[in-house]
Amino acid sequence: MIEVDNLTKRYGRTTAVDGISFVVKKGEILGFLGPNGAGKTTTMRILTCYLPPTEGTARVAGHDVFEEPLEVKKRVGYIPETPPLYPDMEVATFLDFCAKIKGVAKSERRARVDSAMEKCRVGDVRKTLIGRLSKGYRQRVGLAQAILHDPPVLILDEPTAGLDPKQIIETRDLIKALGGEHTIILSTHILPEVSMTCGRVVIINKGKVVAEDTPENLTHRLSGAGTLRLDVRGDSAAVAEALRSVPGVTAVRPHAQAGDVSALDVEAAAGADVRADLARAVVQKGFDLLGLQQVGMSLEEIFLHLTTSEATAEAAPSPAPVEASA
Amino acid sequence: MTALRNVAAIVEKEWRHYFGSPIAYVALFVWTMLFGIFFHFAFTLFLRQSMMMSQQMEFGGGPKLSINEWMIRPVLHNMAVVALFVAPMLTMRLFAEEKRQGTIELLATSPITDLQIVLGKFLAAAGLYALMILTGLVNLLPIWHYATSAPEWKPVLTGALALLLIGSCFIALGLFVSTLTRNQIVAGILTFCLLLGVWTLGWADEPTAGPVMKVLGYLAVTTHMEDMVKGVLDLKDVVFYLSFIAFGLFLAQQSVESQRWRA
Repeated sequence: MIEVDNLTKRYGRTTAVDGISFVVKKGEILGFLGPNGAGKTTTMRILTCYLPPTEGTARVAGHDVFEEPLEVKKRVGYIPETPPLYPDMEVATFLDFCAKIKGVAKSERRARVDSAMEKCRVGDVRKTLIGRLSKGYRQRVGLAQAILHDPPVLILDEPTAGLDPKQIIETRDLIKALGGEHTIILSTHILPEVSMTCGRVVIINKGKVVAEDTPENLTHRLSGAGTLRLDVRGDSAAVAEALRSVPGVTAVRPHAQAGDVSALDVEAAAGADVRADLARAVVQKGFDLLGLQQVGMSLEEIFLHLTTSEATAEAAPSPAPVEASA
Repeated sequence: MTALRNVAAIVEKEWRHYFGSPIAYVALFVWTMLFGIFFHFAFTLFLRQSMMMSQQMEFGGGPKLSINEWMIRPVLHNMAVVALFVAPMLTMRLFAEEKRQGTIELLATSPITDLQIVLGKFLAAAGLYALMILTGLVNLLPIWHYATSAPEWKPVLTGALALLLIGSCFIALGLFVSTLTRNQIVAGILTFCLLLGVWTLGWADEPTAGPVMKVLGYLAVTTHMEDMVKGVLDLKDVVFYLSFIAFGLFLAQQSVESQRWRA
């Protein structure tokens, strides 16, 4: 549905988006993740034909954003970071205006406006001036505006920014409900949101794609599913030697040393559960096994890990241990 | 068809803004009030002149004063100056406000072209201005009722047309200036200064002027108004105004489009 190929956008000397490529299939909800200034908004603006790309191509629903912008715009619903609303218009009037410029036929206009208002739960403020609405309502009016013409593609730039927790949950449910019939790109820097709503994640940093996968796979892959941390009393070199002899173990790294207790990270081949063997090996060699933990990475840590440069990554907190039983 | 509908949607939206805020009412009030005041002055002056003329009649008589020439024409001339003040009021927010509010992003990502947006906004402002002219002309109606010899209506019509065209030129220019900034006060002041500049070009049009001054004088919007207010509808004047308007709208459209490229 959306094909982005080697997309580049330069503002003068600064490169905001640097050769991004990704594909979004029909009905998919793609999470677009990255720190502020990573190029999320720029990419979305190119996809909605607001900005022309410097290099590369982007096709939305089979139409090139540069060659056929009007065709693309007909098929895309978009909410920018701050929803574009006229404060001196009533909600219903505003949506009616949006329906007109989005090319909704006159006969359908009323029904479409009503259904969008119902879906986004703004029906109770239809006669209120937008300028008097709370932030949450404005965000929802923005969303109603985006789905008015029933576009196959929705592009949402931080749709939950500035909402209270209840509204965030409601908005997420709405987005999930819209997925399936609509193809959605959703940008955010709230990470749980991504694991909750998105089928796939693209993480970008400094204008480049640094990772692309399902939220589960990302967590799995980057945490190094097989990494175990052992706390052992005894000479760390000897312990490491003993651990390496266990079949299935691919690497052993000393992690920390406190007195005579050393913490070691053990990596095992994918799929192999070596915990029992490790424990036996340690005890058989006469060392004391004080702890055995599986090291996991939350999406936050993966995000930090991927988006912080090498130098700062060293200083960043190490992956949090997760209980083996968990 | 879609193009027309898009333009109509923009016009309707702008009229909602005009009449949902004090702008339309202030503009209408100022315009009609000044029209009335100027008309009143022109009327009293006409009466005094007529009185003097009729006194001279006893000594062989002076010419009969034309109402068109002595009452209506000065008012229309004065109103062209008022248009100079009112036009920036109508145009300053048209694009500046959209840019400040971020709603330009809504328009730019909807299936509507920049030209349709520009045209819609221009027609909305020009339409309001036309309504102002109409309400002003109401002042003239009693003349037909009370004057012993009714004035000619054709010069009034061409005069009103001249007023509409000259104001539309101002609006087209103001629309362009509004695309340049996100601050409507800046847009308003800049428009006013620019319009004053265009206005003063008219002073260059003198019988003794050299070729450069002649060209400058030709470019002035005021010089093309003279004949029309007298009732002479010359195609070259109409063409001048229409091309002035088209040029202003072209600049506005180019400006809106280029800002996306530079952004």
